[in-house]
Amino acid sequence: MPWDLLFDPLFRLPFFTGLVFAVVLPVLGLYLRMREEWLAALGFAHLGGAGGVVGSLMGLPPVLAALGVAGGGVAARGLVRRTGNDLYAVMILGGWAAMILGSQFGHHARTLAQTLVDGQLYFTGIEQLVTALVFAVVFATVMPWLSPHLLRARLFPGQDRANGRPVAMLGFGFNILVAAAVALASMAMGVMASFALIFIAPWVAFALAPGWRVALLLTMLIGIAAYLVAFVMALVGDLPFGPTLVAIVVVLAILRLLPRWR
Amino acid sequence: MAERLLTFDGLQAGYEGPVVGPLGFSVGAGEVVGLAGPNGCGKSTIMRVLTGGARVFAGTVTRREGLRVAYQAQSGLNLDPSSGEIPLRVREVVRLMDVAPADLPARLKALLDVRVDRLSGGEQQLLFVWCAIGHPAELLLLDEPTNNLDPDGEALLTETLRALAPGRAALVISHERDFLEQVADRMVEIA
Repeated sequence: MPWDLLFDPLFRLPFFTGLVFAVVLPVLGLYLRMREEWLAALGFAHLGGAGGVVGSLMGLPPVLAALGVAGGGVAARGLVRRTGNDLYAVMILGGWAAMILGSQFGHHARTLAQTLVDGQLYFTGIEQLVTALVFAVVFATVMPWLSPHLLRARLFPGQDRANGRPVAMLGFGFNILVAAAVALASMAMGVMASFALIFIAPWVAFALAPGWRVALLLTMLIGIAAYLVAFVMALVGDLPFGPTLVAIVVVLAILRLLPRWR
Repeated sequence: MAERLLTFDGLQAGYEGPVVGPLGFSVGAGEVVGLAGPNGCGKSTIMRVLTGGARVFAGTVTRREGLRVAYQAQSGLNLDPSSGEIPLRVREVVRLMDVAPADLPARLKALLDVRVDRLSGGEQQLLFVWCAIGHPAELLLLDEPTNNLDPDGEALLTETLRALAPGRAALVISHERDFLEQVADRMVEIA
């Protein structure tokens, strides 16, 4: 087995790019689950994927096009008063159709669509690492401030609005963060790998953690552990990264069966 | 006369259309005002005007400048029936509402490190009511605070509302007439 590949400088950039998302996505997923909007991640990921494919057909930078279309999804969400997952299901179906149909009209678009499905992390370059790091800095700056507002909006609906705080704008801001994260992560590691990190790691943490701080830590640890194992397995076994990561994260879902705290 | 914290004047409120009003009343500092009326008459809608959940169709709502509000919603924890999980300790929940654990009743202090989704219905209700009462707001909005409370919890709530600090006030909705008569300085009947 080519274990020496693990230490090849060629794979350092992809490794750190993926590591950033392995930390960020599970944390965002924790808040999405708290807001009962976990399907948002898959909706924004599919829109981002469709944006990337259509953008490449139009000669636009795929990452920017992905961010733009995923951001359009957030704007659409902001116009709908009802919460819930219905709109995200429509985004998934529409995004998937646009991505697959769009990929039929150009070689580059077809390659990109295949990358979004396979999640070929190993082909990411310095631009994607820099983008991921910039996003991580924004995320680390904004989330500690945003967190109590998001939690209060879930547990004490009406409390912040009764005191004149811009609850809708804060929710919109959070959705922008989610859309940007999943659009960038989908371009780097694939749509389903991004969704697996955002859905399953928090699902396990919700069941097992005795409190919110531990839930944050646990969801990050699950994301990092799954990512490290997937990175090694896919590289050494010459497997597509996305499905490898998804398989490992799905196996980790069994952790939900562990005994729970009161 | 006590300082007015909140005044409704000719208020008609609702959602697609008005469901309550016109009505006018005020809440002054140091007062507990009870909102009484049959189920579905629009009592909660009046509170939702203040929390952005209902629309004003006519009349005005005037708040004292800088008024802080603490709101206990009727919905409680409102857990997703498919998972029913919320991984927050009682301690973390009260911190979200700027409530000092030392200000909680002994029954809740004993539960500080328990996850809120593992509390009984009565314990959850006591927690949410005390998150409003313990919040440093001048005006408390309590929507059906006695739901799921056991007799001890209800007695504790009655005693606490009767001893509210002079600068604070409460607007209380309840379908329990006896409870409202015990805690309220004034009653507003909603037809």
